[in-house]
Amino acid sequence: MKRRTFLLGSAGAAGALVVGWSLLPPRQRLTTAQPLAVRAGQVALNGWVKIAADNTVTVVMSKSEMGQGIYTGLAMLLAEELDADWAQVRIEQSPIDKIYNNLAMLVDGLPFHPDDDGTIKRVAGWLTEKTMREIGVMATGGSSGTKDLWLPMREAGASARAMLIGAAAEQWKLPKAECRAEAGRVAHASGKSASFGELVAFAGTQALPESVQLKDPAGFKILGRPLPRIEAASKLDGTAVFGIDVLPPGLLYASVGMCPTLGGRLARFDGAAAVKLPGVKKVIAVDAYNGGSGGVAVIADTPFHAMRALKEVSVEWDHGASAGVSSEDVYRRLAQTLDRESGFAYYSHGDVDAALKSAAKTVTAEYRAPYLAHAAMEPMNCTVQFKDGAATVWASTQVPGIARSAAAKVLGIEAQKVDVRVQLLGGGFGRRLEVDIVSQAAAIAREAGGAPVKTIWSREQDLAHDYYRPACVSRFKAGLDAAGNLTAWHNSSAGQAIVPQVLTRSFGLPGAGPDKTASEGAFDQPYEWANARIGHEIFDFPVPVGFWRSVGHSHQAFFKESFIDEVAHAAGKDPVAFRAALLARHPRHLRVLKRAAELSGWGQPLAPAADGAKRVRGIALHQSFGSVVAQVAEVSLSADKSIRVHRVVCVIDCGFPVNPNLIRQQMESGIVFGLSAALYQAIDIVKGQVQQSNYHDFQVLRMDACPVIETDIVPSTEHPEGVGEPGTPPIAPAVANALFALTGQRLRALPLKLA
Amino acid sequence: MQTLNINGKLVEVRAEPDTPLLWVLRGELHLNGTKFDCGVALCGACTVHLDGEPVRSCVTPIADVGARKITTIEGLQGSEAAALNAAWIALDVVQCGYCQSGQLMSAAALLKKNPKPSDADIDAAMSGNICRCGTYPRIRAAIHRAANKKGV
Repeated sequence: MKRRTFLLGSAGAAGALVVGWSLLPPRQRLTTAQPLAVRAGQVALNGWVKIAADNTVTVVMSKSEMGQGIYTGLAMLLAEELDADWAQVRIEQSPIDKIYNNLAMLVDGLPFHPDDDGTIKRVAGWLTEKTMREIGVMATGGSSGTKDLWLPMREAGASARAMLIGAAAEQWKLPKAECRAEAGRVAHASGKSASFGELVAFAGTQALPESVQLKDPAGFKILGRPLPRIEAASKLDGTAVFGIDVLPPGLLYASVGMCPTLGGRLARFDGAAAVKLPGVKKVIAVDAYNGGSGGVAVIADTPFHAMRALKEVSVEWDHGASAGVSSEDVYRRLAQTLDRESGFAYYSHGDVDAALKSAAKTVTAEYRAPYLAHAAMEPMNCTVQFKDGAATVWASTQVPGIARSAAAKVLGIEAQKVDVRVQLLGGGFGRRLEVDIVSQAAAIAREAGGAPVKTIWSREQDLAHDYYRPACVSRFKAGLDAAGNLTAWHNSSAGQAIVPQVLTRSFGLPGAGPDKTASEGAFDQPYEWANARIGHEIFDFPVPVGFWRSVGHSHQAFFKESFIDEVAHAAGKDPVAFRAALLARHPRHLRVLKRAAELSGWGQPLAPAADGAKRVRGIALHQSFGSVVAQVAEVSLSADKSIRVHRVVCVIDCGFPVNPNLIRQQMESGIVFGLSAALYQAIDIVKGQVQQSNYHDFQVLRMDACPVIETDIVPSTEHPEGVGEPGTPPIAPAVANALFALTGQRLRALPLKLA
Repeated sequence: MQTLNINGKLVEVRAEPDTPLLWVLRGELHLNGTKFDCGVALCGACTVHLDGEPVRSCVTPIADVGARKITTIEGLQGSEAAALNAAWIALDVVQCGYCQSGQLMSAAALLKKNPKPSDADIDAAMSGNICRCGTYPRIRAAIHRAANKKGV
């Protein structure tokens, strides 16, 4: 099949390094190259857990906490198999080491249909895992954290438990098999008992077990419970430390003003007036890094001194290649690209052209979605100290290893000379997979004579210098037979590709397509089409694009789930029944769809809104990051015709639900994030400059517009799948489909605006 | 030099009078619980109390503060604050947490004035505080819960 033939090409540089590698035993993901740092009385039993004489169990976090609750979920994985007392569990951010590299995210990035279980897919997945463990990256993204560490962290917990039991058995001169661990203690039927803290010093001298037995889910005591997040208290009293909060001694601050044209640079500046202002140390030019823009920075003793002085720097810009780009032009060029479709398809089945010719009825439509910014609430920032040929980087980043390489490159030192300390992230959503701020902060700190410098962007700089969710245009043509059955599905979308840009700006590799992330959500869905062709065309513009929560799914789900609703209406069929007919051999998806219909009262009368306005339901179903989500939105219009979403019923099948509380949180989070985009957001570009500047023109959903959200989790003992992103894709089409039912207007562009 | 009354203590600060209170708290006094985001009073992350009233510290120059009592998240106390904290934990409200200091400051000021707020009261008092993680449903429930627990 054609979609398979390009796989080897897209594996590209990574593929070449696979040669000569052998299978690594699982235990090689247990211990770090350098021993973990410990405090007095604390022992590291492997690279994932330390236990102290005071009985505290410190679980090492290789993923970044950006609100998704990964600290809690990962600590639960390890604590379960360790048989720890949850009240004694603490967390600590890991150093950089290859055992922490994210494998699941990269395997998920391969361009295969989820139903494909062929040899090529399995071999490609295996090769990617082996390759990425060695050369890969520590990364938090792609809703992959729990999936990636489901086995490694449980194995680490089980291994540590075996060492504690081994230590107890040896001290007590009793058979290991007769000793058992429970809630932070090891005990024997004879009445002997010792806490983990009492045993850990001796346990640390035990050999790593050759193999371990993991628990059967029926025996779980911690996993599957709706535990509250482990770091919550620190976020209520101001003590939580985000990247922007670090305070190394002697700290200076920098404010940056960048060329308003994307990718532009500084031509010249005059900082003479600024440098005379109170507290100002230096005014310097800053190069463009990692595909971003260049500009000017003021280094000062306080953040306000830096911000105030920045306004007094006069600048001239070199606007560069993006100066001719406007988003209206982008949409037009993308549509033209679709006019001359290349025929490249990610998914092809049957004979779609013949099926369309013989169809009793055809339906066509064109959809589009705008560029979007991430707008994480913690503004982009990074603190760097460069002294005596070594650097310390304090960063709220999703990619500590790439951040280390970026700082090392700018400072001209070895990566091993850079110590990256990952802090809490005030939101990420994919923005903090980029290291532009790290490179820039390193370049600024290089000019500070050994002092640490915290570089902070304003919200305006953040919105004007993001790596945007790509704009996309998508066309559909569907064929129905006389009975209203879907016989043909032809879809082609066009947009910029993200992965080639990332390869170039983050890894220094030549970037080349195709890019699965641009088409995901269109070609990899469960519907069983009799005849289908789903393609994607890449057209590049000098606009930086990046991974925005749910990536390709964020717009492809809107296109696909809106159009299937259009086709259902054209066929005269109920949207739920129409979808169900396409899922006959997909019981997992069918269960989610039917459950959402049932819980939302689909087909039942719906009471009007409080002001008497008619209220109507819309549904969408989408699979992303391994999870299946259906949402039903209840929508009405206010007297001034603004769109109101009252209630959202959300059903998710994400495999084994590690922590139902956090899964519900992520569904609420994904829905609110998706609603902000669906109702309000677009980044418009005119002559290469982003027109939106702050929350007044890049609006986010607020309390008064937030719906009631009810989440139902399908029970499962399958391998856990993603939850951070899958809540986002279905909400825009669910609302759009409700609006069609309410008004008869089919809205084919985001954000949703009624005529 | 100006004297500010912060969390019950008189503090001498060096910052110039046009300096926004936010940057005195963060840049000079290292009270980092109060957060910077939009810089123009659109998001509420920097909310503190002046004599119990919620204000956006990013647009409040210290020259305008005078002798008013400043309360930040680090100094937020009293029965409303205790009830809100307990409710926030019980309902596991927070996600990334960046906006939560501001959310709690706004919620505490609301409960002080209006011990049993309706949904409409909560909309009015809390819609100036953005949360990108979407904790709104839980914030609403936690405010109701705190209102019901307080003084019971």
